Amino acid sequence: MNSYQHWQIETDGEGLAWATLDKAGESTNSLSSAVMDELARVLDDFDRSPPKALIFRSGKSAGFIAGADIQEFTQLDTPEKGIALVARGWQLFNRLAAVAYPTLALVRGHCLGGGLELALACRYLLAVDEPTTRMGLPEVLLGIVPGWGGMLRLPERIGPQAALDLMLTGKTIDAKKARRLGLADDCVPPRVMDRAAALLVCSGQPRRRLPLVQRLLNGPLRGVVASGATKQVARRARREHYPAPYAIIEIWARHRGNALVAPALIDGIVRSPTARNLVRVFFLQERLKSFGKLSGFRAERVHVVGAGVMGGDIAAWCALRGLTVTLQDRDMERIASALQRAYAAWGQRIRDARELRSVMDRLIPDPEGHGARLADVVIEAIFEDIDAKHALLRQLEAVIRPDAVLASNTSSLRIEDLRSALARPERLIGIHFFNPVAKMPLVEVVAAEGGDPEMLQRATAFVKQIDRLPLPVRSAPGFLVNAVLAPYMLEAMRAVDEGLSPETVDEAMLAFGMPMGPIELIDMVGLDVAMAAGKSLAGPAGEPPRCLQAHFDAGRLGRKAGRGFYDYAAGRPVKGSAGPVPAGLAARLVKPLLDRTQQLVGDGIVADADLADAGVIFGTGFAPFTGGPLHYAAGQRA
Amino acid sequence: MNFQPVYVVDGARTPFLKGRNAPGLFAASDLAVQAGRSLLIRQPFAASELDEVILGCASPSPDEVNIARVVSLRLGCGQRVPAWTVMRNCASGMQAIDSAIANIQNGRSQLVLAGGVDALSRAPLLYNEAMVRWFAQMMQARTLRQKIGMFARLRPAQALSPVIGILKGLTDPMTGLLMGQTAENLAWRFGISRQQMDEYSVHSHQRALAARAGRFDEIVPLVDAQGRVYAEDDGVRADSNLADLARLKPFFDRKYGRVTPGNSSQITDGAAWLLLASERAVERWRLEPLGLITDSQWAGLDPAEMGLGPVHAATPILQRHQLALQDIDLWEINEAFAAQVLACLAAWESGEYCRERLDLPAALGEVSPDRLNVDGGAIALGHPVGASGARIVLHLLRALRASGARRGIAAICIGGGQGGAMLVETIERERKGAAKP
Repeated sequence: MNSYQHWQIETDGEGLAWATLDKAGESTNSLSSAVMDELARVLDDFDRSPPKALIFRSGKSAGFIAGADIQEFTQLDTPEKGIALVARGWQLFNRLAAVAYPTLALVRGHCLGGGLELALACRYLLAVDEPTTRMGLPEVLLGIVPGWGGMLRLPERIGPQAALDLMLTGKTIDAKKARRLGLADDCVPPRVMDRAAALLVCSGQPRRRLPLVQRLLNGPLRGVVASGATKQVARRARREHYPAPYAIIEIWARHRGNALVAPALIDGIVRSPTARNLVRVFFLQERLKSFGKLSGFRAERVHVVGAGVMGGDIAAWCALRGLTVTLQDRDMERIASALQRAYAAWGQRIRDARELRSVMDRLIPDPEGHGARLADVVIEAIFEDIDAKHALLRQLEAVIRPDAVLASNTSSLRIEDLRSALARPERLIGIHFFNPVAKMPLVEVVAAEGGDPEMLQRATAFVKQIDRLPLPVRSAPGFLVNAVLAPYMLEAMRAVDEGLSPETVDEAMLAFGMPMGPIELIDMVGLDVAMAAGKSLAGPAGEPPRCLQAHFDAGRLGRKAGRGFYDYAAGRPVKGSAGPVPAGLAARLVKPLLDRTQQLVGDGIVADADLADAGVIFGTGFAPFTGGPLHYAAGQRA
Repeated sequence: MNFQPVYVVDGARTPFLKGRNAPGLFAASDLAVQAGRSLLIRQPFAASELDEVILGCASPSPDEVNIARVVSLRLGCGQRVPAWTVMRNCASGMQAIDSAIANIQNGRSQLVLAGGVDALSRAPLLYNEAMVRWFAQMMQARTLRQKIGMFARLRPAQALSPVIGILKGLTDPMTGLLMGQTAENLAWRFGISRQQMDEYSVHSHQRALAARAGRFDEIVPLVDAQGRVYAEDDGVRADSNLADLARLKPFFDRKYGRVTPGNSSQITDGAAWLLLASERAVERWRLEPLGLITDSQWAGLDPAEMGLGPVHAATPILQRHQLALQDIDLWEINEAFAAQVLACLAAWESGEYCRERLDLPAALGEVSPDRLNVDGGAIALGHPVGASGARIVLHLLRALRASGARRGIAAICIGGGQGGAMLVETIERERKGAAKP
């Protein structure tokens, strides 16, 4: 038998062949063209001398297969290359699905995209019941479609509704859910996985048949399912921004999942600006993550001072991510209410009562601040008052370990001004989270002039450790994200001052692709915060917009007050009709944001244009399909 | 006898929460974890530095039988720190301390987290024997017909009359007496009146109430999933008075007895911890201990008079150290029943009892009420069985320090006819830290 670079093929004493994917030179398995070519040769070999059965498994501790090699997506510069990429996987997995000997995918760890399409082409799928085992078809998140048989086989395996739900949202499921849905034939603990794989693959056990209703929905009634799914997608994503989910529905409903039947559609997807930009955003995200890998620092204990919304949520998030957290505030009631929010939020997120208990056991009320002494990371998140922060930082510096990261979550004060209270001012780092902490992936890691580079690296590693995206920025008012939002929100309010309704202004930006309109965003931030931020960011000379002043004076402080620019019912804004949006409104509203982003790159607040794009996308939700504000602006100029 | 003193570094407890005829919000391990983690975060060492965790618990729930191990892991002590649960009924918490002392003295451990816990409100209801037999036969029924037959034989009265776990626990297994009935025995023997018991109880409440102004620093507030904070013992009554207490009916010897729920300890949930250390550990971590435990003693006596356990355990300590009753600055005698505490005092004052039962030449003397349970006791605070022994040792040290006093004895009576006592000393300021006992 041939020897391979990425695959190891062994035949055991019972005649079972084990194909272990261990991609050379990588810590994670992906289905690059080299891996796929070798797999074709593996199948050639087995055509000549068929094994009793074939089991696929991973040689990586990280997981099964993460998907296709996304780097290869960036090289699809002609329609032919795009089609060829789809065809290669489609045909290879069809071939695998048709072999005469039984096959099984032993899925342990992540099994995504092309990885799951490979597993679906096997007769059996055996999932290993571990928290890291996740299965899904997240292609849609990169603006593309699961064209290697996913659109054909997943609906056949679990029914079209569940399959479309996975394919259209990109969400992943664990081993137990996979068994429940019928995606996995069984779900076993690792201690018996090899034995179970060997028994199952030789069992001759027929595949579970889909219930009649599901077979009808996947057959004659496809149209009904497709139109329902289209309506659901339309509520989340506009076709002109995100064509991929619409294409998935169409290819499944009209072409039985075979993308090759509709080459024009494939080309429209694979080489669309959306797909290219989403792939770009994926690599920007990888770049942010890489910043956290520069230091070997790992925190075990975190001390957070200030149990308000930000401090409390930062503490709760750190506990969720496995750290032991002490949460300090003068008032036990405030700490308790932060704990209550954590119980409620994590209670929804974590099914297993024991795991939830462990998370909450790690979140320790600490009204007297004892936890600071042994903490690896100390974060102050008290109210934005320089004197109070000075006093606190001095107290903390006196007790914390010399090598502990000392950080402020300030959004409006300068690190330079805060650190002047310290004996070792160079140690203070800004670690700026966004609200809500559990939903906003970006964290700005703020360095002031002359800051300790080791501390900066530790802070960055800490942010990565808790699964947030660290963006290094230099100290400046508003850092990156708030600094670019301020002129954007200001322009939106000026438009309102000129007589446009908030609904019209918001609709203009929703149509542009923002997740939320700027006026609603101001309501969410709070009009008091907007007033204060306006003063500190625009300088005392700037007059606040009349509409802001008027609502502020009337005590309409935004969502938290139940009324602001909009009235709120059950936490949702009551909006009137937006009416027609004047031409060019979106361009006018977004321009100050684009200009400010450019300016901040020029000022060196953020290192380069790509990082600025990453920061604005992950910090504000700026339409990801545009590739970020500067990428978008460059495209407009071209 | 050579008793190497052991340091008490620090301690903490939960507020004691009254059982309200329904399972409490906190499982026993929740109570122990919330108090323990607050105690551990204020130490200069990580939880993984502990040599062991010992927890006393009289009624661990079936899912946490070795509750000490559950708590130790939940506290983040790590997999390598061993943990074990001890049980000596009402003195389980004191037993945990004594076991820690023994292991520190013989050099096995340097740093031990020891304490007690019980969530009596969660004591189980059990199937009675007839029901258990019915279930056993049901398991053997094979055919549908047999199964239907089994249901035909099911008597609702027997299915719906569970054995109340807590009543079993409060019944002496040798004599069949309820604990309250053993207190009635003592009231009868020493002529203690209902009036005296009720007066004692009012005092307990008043003292506990007064102590809330800063003398219960050992309490760590509990927080539940709804964000509610429990900061104080909720059985303490500001409105406790003789007239109201006099209206309560005798509970244990119905109609004719003297012991009522009002002059007995309350059934509560709670946890208490002490951190114990060798001299080496004190020096290594530069700890500033609360004080020392300089002796301990267990004693056995007639189960029907178990309430006199403190007398039998404390007397040998006094003798070993050549101390008179009045040489003890403060006493903590656990208030299982007012009658029982008063009987302990009466026994020491009785020449007859001291001669016959304690082999003393004459009466030992009086314990001044000013020195006894100065911040109230279990009648006001409650008696989460396993926790009480640890609570009184901890509070005694705190109370000694608060009043600038030096020496105290904590003693507890134990269902089944035993007593336990510990002699403690505070550390003079100049010796603190640098530490030579």
